[in-house]
Amino acid sequence: MADLTTEFLGIKSPNPFWLASAPPTDKEYNVRRAFEAGWGGVVWKTLGSEGPPVVNVNGPRYGAIFGTDRRLLGLNNIELITDRSLEINLEEITRVKKDYPDRAVIVSIMVPCEEEAWKAILPKVEATGADGIELNFGCPHGMAERGMGAAVGQVPEYIQMVTEWCKKYYSKPVIVKLTPNITDVRFPARAAKNGGGDAVSLINTINSIVSVDLDQMAPEPTVAGKGTHGGYCGPAVKPIAMNMVAEIARCPETHDLPISAIGGVTTWKDAAEFMALGAGNVQVCTAAMTYGFNVVKEMISGLSNWMDEKGYTSTQDFIGMAVPNVTDWQYLDLNFIAKAKINQDDCISCGRCFAACEDTSHQAIEMSADRVFTVKDDECVACNLCVNVCPIEGCITMEEVPAGQIDERTGKVVSDEYANWTTHPNNPSATAAE
Amino acid sequence: MASSHQASGIQAGRLAAADIADNFGDLHPAYDAHEAAVAADRCYFCYDAPCMTACPTSIDIPQFIREIQAGHPSSAAKTILDQNILGGMCARVCPTETLCEEACVREAAEGKPVEIGRLQRFATDTLMEKDVHPYSRAASTGKKVAVVGAGPAGLSAAHRLAMLGHDVVVYDAKSKAGGLNEFGIAAYKSTENFAAREVDWLLKIGGITMDYGKKLGAELSLDELKADFDAVFLSIGLAGVNSLRAAGEDKDGVRDAVDFIEELRQATDLSALPVGRNVVVIGGGMTAVDAAVQSKLLGAENVTIAYRRDREAMGASRFEQDLAASKGVTLMFNVMPKAIHGNGAAAEIELEYTQVEDGRVRGTGETVRLAAEQVYKAIGQSLEGQPEAVELEGGKIMVDATGRTSVANVWAGGDCASGGEDLTVTAVAEGRDAAMDIHTSLMG
Repeated sequence: MADLTTEFLGIKSPNPFWLASAPPTDKEYNVRRAFEAGWGGVVWKTLGSEGPPVVNVNGPRYGAIFGTDRRLLGLNNIELITDRSLEINLEEITRVKKDYPDRAVIVSIMVPCEEEAWKAILPKVEATGADGIELNFGCPHGMAERGMGAAVGQVPEYIQMVTEWCKKYYSKPVIVKLTPNITDVRFPARAAKNGGGDAVSLINTINSIVSVDLDQMAPEPTVAGKGTHGGYCGPAVKPIAMNMVAEIARCPETHDLPISAIGGVTTWKDAAEFMALGAGNVQVCTAAMTYGFNVVKEMISGLSNWMDEKGYTSTQDFIGMAVPNVTDWQYLDLNFIAKAKINQDDCISCGRCFAACEDTSHQAIEMSADRVFTVKDDECVACNLCVNVCPIEGCITMEEVPAGQIDERTGKVVSDEYANWTTHPNNPSATAAE
Repeated sequence: MASSHQASGIQAGRLAAADIADNFGDLHPAYDAHEAAVAADRCYFCYDAPCMTACPTSIDIPQFIREIQAGHPSSAAKTILDQNILGGMCARVCPTETLCEEACVREAAEGKPVEIGRLQRFATDTLMEKDVHPYSRAASTGKKVAVVGAGPAGLSAAHRLAMLGHDVVVYDAKSKAGGLNEFGIAAYKSTENFAAREVDWLLKIGGITMDYGKKLGAELSLDELKADFDAVFLSIGLAGVNSLRAAGEDKDGVRDAVDFIEELRQATDLSALPVGRNVVVIGGGMTAVDAAVQSKLLGAENVTIAYRRDREAMGASRFEQDLAASKGVTLMFNVMPKAIHGNGAAAEIELEYTQVEDGRVRGTGETVRLAAEQVYKAIGQSLEGQPEAVELEGGKIMVDATGRTSVANVWAGGDCASGGEDLTVTAVAEGRDAAMDIHTSLMG
């Protein structure tokens, strides 16, 4: 069984699965249960400044999007940072870290954008013995209205400034948590790095309204007839998070910046994908909130099995392996030609590929009177839609047309030379290949 | 005190009333909303869906399932009822395993089709529970149509005609509407008086007058109907029952399965219904299964279906065969009745083994005897009481594709008419299509 021990910023944890800063890590009680279940680390739910804690709404805090059989696909929340006092949280963190020295304990912090506020809290956090801090620059609701959370994360200059304060008043690793509610995630990532941040974690939740109550005519979750935008997370946001992780991992300015990936990790495979795209570890919240802490057990066994199958002995062996293969569209090989192929033995004749192709794509699938569906190679552009809508996995495949053969759609011989848009004759700004 | 399975002869009360009530509960209990959502989600929304092609009434199945998925089962019900006004009963009695669900691509994919019948029931039940009738009548055409027979074909035709603005009188020989839905189908397929409730719901369209106790050839004549109405639709079913042609057929305890089923369906107290300790049903169709299973559910100890051909040739679907077997009914194939023995009343049946040569069934000479205080004949029904004027074809009233008979202004549909399988759903389609043709003809 592969060793899942992961070192992130010098912080060792028995596996790369951390619980993200969120309700599951709000209290000593929960965190102890999490560690007993096997989680490698936690990012403690965000602490605020000393003094009266924030208050949460007393109505519903969560809304959800469901798939088949009420499978929860996306969750949205309007909860704020911890609503318990700083002192109690610090005491609990100290106790937990002492009892679980082999697990990572990171403390999430969000205080006003003033140096004094950070200077006041950081020594107290340092005294807990926790392994590092995470700066919550992502919370998109409530706290942002008070000039914190995403309100800081959306301004790279603020990120850099606060990160610098943290490095000044705190001696252990500083992770900067980024908000996805921006146009280009590389800018805040660069600011974190420039401020001396040791790593970034992303994504925080996405601004969202998950549903509208059509009787009350109000967004959900609805509190006394009103709703507000909340933070969206869960499996539905994973593709957005993976792109942002990859953008930072392949950016020349930030490619060496460690990344803790967050966004819809539900199984081992989600984690492996994020790590292949450059993440040193992953943080999980929605899966735990949906199924409880025991979900980590599958993540551990699944990742371990896969690593054994692939011959990886350490997570370091595959972290970032997919990054070199993430490129810009303009560099994709336009000489690569594929055609869809329908395996007639697997086909159940539902006709979804036909409807999709005929109505919305390239009219490249033929339907016979007895419901046999075949691809017209002279029309197929290999768009992959048929593969995506087919209910039978593996029934339709994309087959590469080998070099030397004729592409029936264009009538041209397939070339084995790499050629992309930058050199294509249709590109007005093409640079001549000669 | 119940008398038990082993009590000899023909006895009532073999089981406690509570057990009987349990036994005759819904064969396919209704989905709740969550179950329906999960079941609906399995539908792939096929292009030119094979299930729809397989449905005799051509219900747009992917559409109605999508409406259930999207949370508006009442629209789903409307989609169903537009094509099949008895969609509620068909959801219960259709042999879906040989129609829509057999054609479902998930049957091909994994041997587990989308449960179309139960989803249809969920949709139609939802609408009917609201006591909504979603159709209204067109302006009166001033035309009058007589419908003879208040079974599925007649009710379907009557509803469509009334909706199109015609005034309809439906005659029936019995004192109640519904035809085989009311009198001829196993009780566990139409629980809680569903057949009658569906008729009441259907009649909410208005413009339909029910006239019971009127039989063609007795109180009614085709000539009078033709004179009094602009069009006549015959849906008289198959009133005759084929005989066994076996010695001793006249002994007590030998009876038509349809009569037994009718008595059972109309009984107010099933525990008062007598049933033999040993029951043999002759036949291989749905009626044979319905009679055999219900005998077992009433508490008979030994129930056997004796069919003269092999399993593959049996009219009852594999689902029905398995249902019978699961209730403890023994299925015997390749046997035919030779004689019924007993002193005045049946005590034993003698069956002769058969083989099929060139498609014809012949006895092998080898026989077997089974104890049988009751023998039910379920070897098919035949046309009876049809007007002399109409031409027949294959023992049924000859009709064209739109239900026209050989007599002008007279249409026919359902089991009494040629073409199509003898199924509720087929009858509904024929009634509907004949109604459309009558409308075209009257308004042309």
